[in-house]
Amino acid sequence: MESSIVSVRGVSKTYAGGLQALKRVDLEIKRGEIFALLGPNGAGKTTLIGVICGLITASSGTVIADGHDVVADFRAARMKIGLVPQELSTDAFETVAATVTFSRGLFGKRKDAAHVEKVLRALTLWDKRDAKIMTLSGGMKRRVLIAKALSHEPTILFLDEPTAGVDVELRHDMWNIVRDLRASGVTIILTTHYIQEAEEMADRIGVINKGELIVVEDKEVLMRRLGKRRLTLKLVKKLDAIPAALDGRSLELAPSGHELSYTFDGASEDTGIGALLAELGKAGVEINDLHTDESSLEDIFVGLVKGEQA
Amino acid sequence: MNVYAIKAIYRFEMARTFRTIVQSIAAPVLSTSLYFVVFGSAIGSRMGEVGGVDYGSFIIPGLVMLSLLGESISNASFGIYLPKWSGTIYELLSAPVGVAEVVIGYVGAAATKSILLGLLILATARVFVPYEIVHPVWLVTFLILTSVTFSMFGFIIGLWADSFQKLQTIPLMVVTPLTFLGGAFYSIDMLPPFWQTVTLFNPVVYLISGMRWAFYGTAEVNVVISIGATAGFMVLCLIAITYVFRTGYKLKS
Ligand SMILES: Nc1ncnc2c1ncn2[C@@H]1O[C@H](COP(=O)(O)OP(=O)(O)OP(=O)(O)O)[C@@H](O)[C@H]1O
Ligand SMILES: [Mg+2]
Repeated sequence: MESSIVSVRGVSKTYAGGLQALKRVDLEIKRGEIFALLGPNGAGKTTLIGVICGLITASSGTVIADGHDVVADFRAARMKIGLVPQELSTDAFETVAATVTFSRGLFGKRKDAAHVEKVLRALTLWDKRDAKIMTLSGGMKRRVLIAKALSHEPTILFLDEPTAGVDVELRHDMWNIVRDLRASGVTIILTTHYIQEAEEMADRIGVINKGELIVVEDKEVLMRRLGKRRLTLKLVKKLDAIPAALDGRSLELAPSGHELSYTFDGASEDTGIGALLAELGKAGVEINDLHTDESSLEDIFVGLVKGEQA
Repeated sequence: MNVYAIKAIYRFEMARTFRTIVQSIAAPVLSTSLYFVVFGSAIGSRMGEVGGVDYGSFIIPGLVMLSLLGESISNASFGIYLPKWSGTIYELLSAPVGVAEVVIGYVGAAATKSILLGLLILATARVFVPYEIVHPVWLVTFLILTSVTFSMFGFIIGLWADSFQKLQTIPLMVVTPLTFLGGAFYSIDMLPPFWQTVTLFNPVVYLISGMRWAFYGTAEVNVVISIGATAGFMVLCLIAITYVFRTGYKLKS
């Protein structure tokens, strides 16, 4: 496929202990997009990234990155890829500038002080360029890892939980950095446990659970397709129970008895709201106020993962 | 071949060495000096000559080898063990480098350090005992061959070790005895015939004998065999390293 920059085809991974961490995963990442990979702890996100980047040997399947097989043609493939790992693994005694320069060379690029400076400035590390890495805070170390990953001008960037343990301000900085990168043409694949983050940033979302990719969808489509909407009705008079005439509808009465909520499929032609309101009128339930809201990605996600487990 | 990667790794490793330059140099120079004081001057003065060479001078090739082996192994094993331990190995594993770049970078840096150290020890020895070198070119060849080979061996230990304990066990348990029994302080002709035969299975014998030949022009073992044995061991190490990187054994899951 022309528009795919990364193609994962039938990738499975069984660890030495016998645990199957990936089960025939197929995934196409589009050139220039931000792709968010979501899933609970132990779902296989890091394993999948490891297979693509060369840290883990797949049990079966192939991965093509920017036109190169990541195993057969690993040199060409890896020159295009930058990886920011989940763990904060850094050298202790090296300076920031030295470690970024090292990464650039390791990934086969000629020394370029101007590029290193640009990267360090973009990550607000320029003032720290001569500091030993061990003297930096955790958030700063995370930036150093990003700077290292960007040192060789990759076209594909993997960010494995870039905002884990990062404060709100730095998280927003991180989002801006990622957006700027995308604007400069870099394809970004990130994992996160913050649904809000995926909702905020991603163009497409993949949900992985127990090694299986259960959904891959445009963020908007996903929200629309799976997004339930909820109508909340404020009642004039307290209700003790839902009237018998309304049994069988997906209604829920709040414990206070003053609020009735109705869940419906936002994408469907017939939402059932008209009929519901008519029947409520017939049953003598008076309504004060009403509003609707969309379920968040988080609700969708929990629903998906629960559904899988059931 | 990714030449930039080789340069990057080599520079990184040399920088690590120069950060700890005092320990790197002081310890081996000090211990060698002690050997010369004790074995060369104190005991050596009562020993007379071995194989036509004054005892103090006789032990120089062995002492140089002793430091060379120890340093090569510890430099190279530490160099690759450290990123494994700290987790920064992820970068090496995800980089566009193959066995060649990694070996040249890491082993090259470790061997460079050993060679510099070997020269420094030779200079230190000169303070205590006079010596001349009959085959200087061969001496340099042996220095390089030994440093490279045992840096590879150390590299393998670093790849294999999964604790600091293991990292230190091999040099302590295997290399030190082999060196001491390899004829650093005596000529193997001095041993009873049975032990002479046993000794021939000790690779270090060939190194020390070869080195001694480079110094004084006489050797227990034919120098061609010495070079052959060392080169053979080097090829074995290279095969082992290639195997590890091709299969990801102990590096990747
Ligand atoms: N080296 C390994 N050996 C054996 N099992 C492993 C190894 N690495 C990971 N696993 C197992 O594989 C599964 C997937 O792990 P993975 O790290 O890919 O999950 P993840 O989605 O990244 O989780 P998290 O959100 O916690 O980072 C887990 O059950 C984990 O215990
Ligand atoms: Mg993970």
